[in-house]
Amino acid sequence: MSASILTVDDSASIRITIKLALSDAGYSVDEAENGSAGIDKANAGNFDLIITDLNMPVMDGLTMIEELRKLPAHAGVPIIFLTTESDEAMKQRAKAAGATGWLTKPFNPEQLVRIAKKVLGR
Amino acid sequence: MNSMIEQVQATSKTSPADEMEVLTFNLNDETFALEAIRVQEILDVLPETRVPGADRFAGSVINFRGRVIPLADLRLAFGMDAVTTTIDSRIVVIELEIRGEPTLIGLRTDKVNEVTTLSKANGEPPPSVGMRWRPDFIEGLFKREGEFIILPNLTAIFNQNDASTAAASRIIN
Amino acid sequence: MSMDPIETFRIEADELLEQIEQGLLDLTHRLGDMDLVNAVFRGLHTLKGSGAMFGFEALAAFTHHCETAFDRVRKGEVPATAELVSAVLSARDHMRALVEEEVTQAHLEAGEALLATLRSAIEKAGGGEAPKGAQAETASQKADDRAASGSGWNIWFRLPANSMTNGTNPLALIAELRELGEATITADLSHVPPLESLVPAELQLAWQVTLKTGQPRSAIEDVFIFVMDDMELKIEPIACEAAAAGQPDEAAATVETQKNASPVAPSIEPVSGDARQAKSAENVRVPAERLDELMDRVGELVIAQSRLSQIATMSTDLHLRSVSEEIERLSGELRDTMMVLRMVPVSTLFGRFRRLVHDLARETGKAIELATDGESTEVDKTVIERLADPLVHLVRNSIDHGLELPAEREAAGKPRTGQVKLSARQAGGEVIMKITDDGRGIDHQKVRAKAEASGLIEPGQQISEHDLLQFIFHPGFSTAQKVTNLSGRGVGMDVVKRTIESLRGTIDLTTKAGEGSEISLRIPLTVAIIDGLLVRVGEGRYVIPLAAVEECIELSLEDDLRSRGRSFISLRDKLVPFLRLRDLFATGTKPDPHQKIVVISTGSERVGLVVDQIIGDHQTVIKSMSKLHANVATFSGATILGDGTVALILDVAHLVAAGQQQEAQLRAAV
Repeated sequence: MSASILTVDDSASIRITIKLALSDAGYSVDEAENGSAGIDKANAGNFDLIITDLNMPVMDGLTMIEELRKLPAHAGVPIIFLTTESDEAMKQRAKAAGATGWLTKPFNPEQLVRIAKKVLGR
Repeated sequence: MNSMIEQVQATSKTSPADEMEVLTFNLNDETFALEAIRVQEILDVLPETRVPGADRFAGSVINFRGRVIPLADLRLAFGMDAVTTTIDSRIVVIELEIRGEPTLIGLRTDKVNEVTTLSKANGEPPPSVGMRWRPDFIEGLFKREGEFIILPNLTAIFNQNDASTAAASRIIN
Repeated sequence: MSMDPIETFRIEADELLEQIEQGLLDLTHRLGDMDLVNAVFRGLHTLKGSGAMFGFEALAAFTHHCETAFDRVRKGEVPATAELVSAVLSARDHMRALVEEEVTQAHLEAGEALLATLRSAIEKAGGGEAPKGAQAETASQKADDRAASGSGWNIWFRLPANSMTNGTNPLALIAELRELGEATITADLSHVPPLESLVPAELQLAWQVTLKTGQPRSAIEDVFIFVMDDMELKIEPIACEAAAAGQPDEAAATVETQKNASPVAPSIEPVSGDARQAKSAENVRVPAERLDELMDRVGELVIAQSRLSQIATMSTDLHLRSVSEEIERLSGELRDTMMVLRMVPVSTLFGRFRRLVHDLARETGKAIELATDGESTEVDKTVIERLADPLVHLVRNSIDHGLELPAEREAAGKPRTGQVKLSARQAGGEVIMKITDDGRGIDHQKVRAKAEASGLIEPGQQISEHDLLQFIFHPGFSTAQKVTNLSGRGVGMDVVKRTIESLRGTIDLTTKAGEGSEISLRIPLTVAIIDGLLVRVGEGRYVIPLAAVEECIELSLEDDLRSRGRSFISLRDKLVPFLRLRDLFATGTKPDPHQKIVVISTGSERVGLVVDQIIGDHQTVIKSMSKLHANVATFSGATILGDGTVALILDVAHLVAAGQQQEAQLRAAV
């Protein structure tokens, strides 16, 4: 069975890009457009991986990661956040919040799929 | 009526490039044709509302599914006499660009005949002389079974000038 | 939504650029506001990141430089100066071009020029040469990446205890190592605590891996990239053990990273302080056209409901009547809710003016401050859309003709900076907007001279100042002595007035020499549904917007006959012109014996409309007429009555103007 992945980003263009790349690689992908919606989706579904932006309206990615980690159901779910190379401070904060890893923007579909495979171990 | 719409839509999809699906209808004693893809709906005659100050060519409006659309009479563009409504009268609703804006327009017809195929090869341009109608209002003439079918140039007719004549000044004076 | 990421990116870029512009404009007034600096920085940052994602390399590269510059402001290395903000504003326009246009050599050159301006702005602000970020990085890159000279690497690693709850899967890491070559793996249990103090969720295992591979050290580090900072990791080449022993440079051979959980002091960057984000928390974005569709549906419901209540009133069935009343109430409430949904704050409109004023200030050399008030006042979105152009014209006018140059202002004892103020407030069912400036005001003598020259008044004719000013709204009337680039072209004040009136609003102008002018607009809050008065003229039914109706009076047949050719009625000692709609509409019918006059007004001007019958109030859902009828100025739109037929809505502004014209002609004839 293919792993299912949740992508959380307020930017529709990024969500579409992620969705297309990961669907092509055989994963099933669901979307949410902010942290709050991300938590709702995560609670409703059973995701193997969550890929999230950090800077989002309503609820940012950091808060979402913290909130998810408080819930036992999501304790071990890998969470990858999107960042840019210049955002070292944010990277540290996201890791402290409980993120598993990151993906640096800009990325191409191959890099994205490689990271997904790396974290999922398949 | 609906079956005719379906027929219009079903056939219009599959016509090769040199053929044209049309809906034919009568005005006075002439047969006219409209490209089938333009046709939105064929309606029985509806109550209409006169627009004071508008040109007689599009002198009233009707309620087409909650939208207010103009009702035009092609007869007036071709210098024919307007006639009274009969049991066969229908309104053909078409969509046409008017000054860049897609517009729904109702056309009065005496009778709607059929959906048929016209071969573009059989079409002739309107003769430049010897005709009682403005040649630029006619896209082509098609001869079939001994009669002429007139394909009017709707774009030219509806964009010629403001179908509403200078109503404002008329009202003030 | 489109599934094309690039199209979607363009839309987002549009919004980002809009936010950046607003932020920069705010910043020109509050140069020290770090929240704004951060907001602009974030916008640039996102634009750069996404731009690079979707193949807008030129955009990403250019934005990167601006971001770097702005980063220095954010870090407090360089203060935000007006010049710097201006430079970034121009750069923003260039970014827009890079999003929208095919990138050419000219674009790149223009970009270079803009960056040069930006650099010089930074230098002047005291920033000096920007440091090269790369220099700082080289130190960490000295990490020895010498290719495994022998047959592979000995690896020992221990993950942080919380790594499993953070989603790190040690087995996945081991699997990844296996992909690099032939691996022998042993678990190192030495750190596992005794059973009684074991926390099940914590990872206490370490692993020893012997990896036979030709891959460089960096390949192994890559496996651990996400946990490197927090883990213990030793990587030693297998074949070099002997050499390593003889070579005491252990740092080169062994990279040992052992840092605590928060290696970097907490960053000073505020993350969640953005008021705008907080405000949008409860919002759902809906495409405007869907709102319009919903409006149409509600409109149809209102129409169907009025049909139902017509049937119900004729029926004796009490159940039917009570259901009909219930539906009437519900559809009324639904309509009201719908109206609220369509309301948007005027800040969306006012926001556009900040850039305009900024640009005009540069263009004219005038110092201008734009003040706004009542930005949260809400108005129907259609009204907002239609007000944009007239307001632009009015603001341009105020700046171009009203405000003086700084020197002139000083000479007149005024502050150098002129003020233009936009304000909005709600009053009943209307919004009152004012455009006020503290400029030189309008010279009555000039207006008079122009009016006399164009034959609008006789030389020396007595006329009140207020009436005189109204000529400004006359077609072709402009008091500007020289036509400038700004307001002397395009639409005139007559067009502004007509647009306002088409919204069933009014415009008024007051001015004081030397002190400034004020233009005030009164506009109904909504244009989609109005209360109307349904009347009959001949056989046709028409709707008159109720807001314009002042009163209804009887016109007896005798009065009618007596007034033929005069067309004035006396209303409380004032003569009011009237129009016989039956004649106007050429109904060809005989007048009713008891005709009515409906007196309508736009502000100060009135006109009576003679109708055959007043049918009653009508909840009017306005439908627009097609372009085929665009020139029938008597009607502003149409509506659908309870029986499904169409009734036309009278254009009040046009009819009042027609009445005034008729009055003028009759006066001239006397």
